[in-house]
Amino acid sequence: MPFGQGRSGGRSGSRDKKPGDKEKGQRRTLFRRRKVCKFCADKIDDINYKDVKLIGPFVPERGKILPRRISGTCAMHQRKLQTAIKRARQIALIPYVTD
Amino acid sequence: MADRQYELVYIVPPDTTEQQVTELHEQIEAVVSRMAGAIEKTENWGRKRLAYEIARHKEGVYVLEVINGSGELMKELDRRLRVMDLVIRHSVVRVDEEKKVVDRTRTKRTTQSERRRVKRGLPPQRQPGEGRPAGDAEDSDDDRFDGAEV
Repeated sequence: MPFGQGRSGGRSGSRDKKPGDKEKGQRRTLFRRRKVCKFCADKIDDINYKDVKLIGPFVPERGKILPRRISGTCAMHQRKLQTAIKRARQIALIPYVTD
Repeated sequence: MADRQYELVYIVPPDTTEQQVTELHEQIEAVVSRMAGAIEKTENWGRKRLAYEIARHKEGVYVLEVINGSGELMKELDRRLRVMDLVIRHSVVRVDEEKKVVDRTRTKRTTQSERRRVKRGLPPQRQPGEGRPAGDAEDSDDDRFDGAEV
């Protein structure tokens, strides 16, 4: 009960505070660099499965595909990247797993 | 129906001799020509480290063949490669469709940029020394993967 109340209060936030308040301002300053899709930025149309140099950074240590939320890749390119990585794995250019 | 284009990559053990590799290539060529196909190009990537062990090999010799032909041909080739002991791994990928899409987006981009430049009263191609010099981009990729998420 107190939780719910507190949250709803915090959500609307500006019952007794003016907009652009100190607290709000500090929240804003927790600024994160906008992530951009590498393939859009560099205008790479073709994500080729043979190009390990291009794909490599998207396959970290463990061998898993780097999620979009971290790499910032756009949906279309992530899809293409995914097929490229899977193909590259088949011919042992990229590991499936590494322990 | 127009020919399709395929990429065939196969891996042979690192201790195979040059002669064996060329023999294998000739065998593939024979199958391709018999079934009305054509090898567009062959690339030998040489010895490469495998990302994981295949049949207790840590290294392998990669060969890439770009083949124009029918699906039947690739089916036959795939079957034969599967049987061969020399080939430890192979993969067939159809590439013509994707290539078409890539070409289309590329030409679209260039024509669009040319049109925009002409509209602005500039020559259609980018002149040397124009725009931001390379390596001066503010968004260099050093901290793109900082793992930060909101």
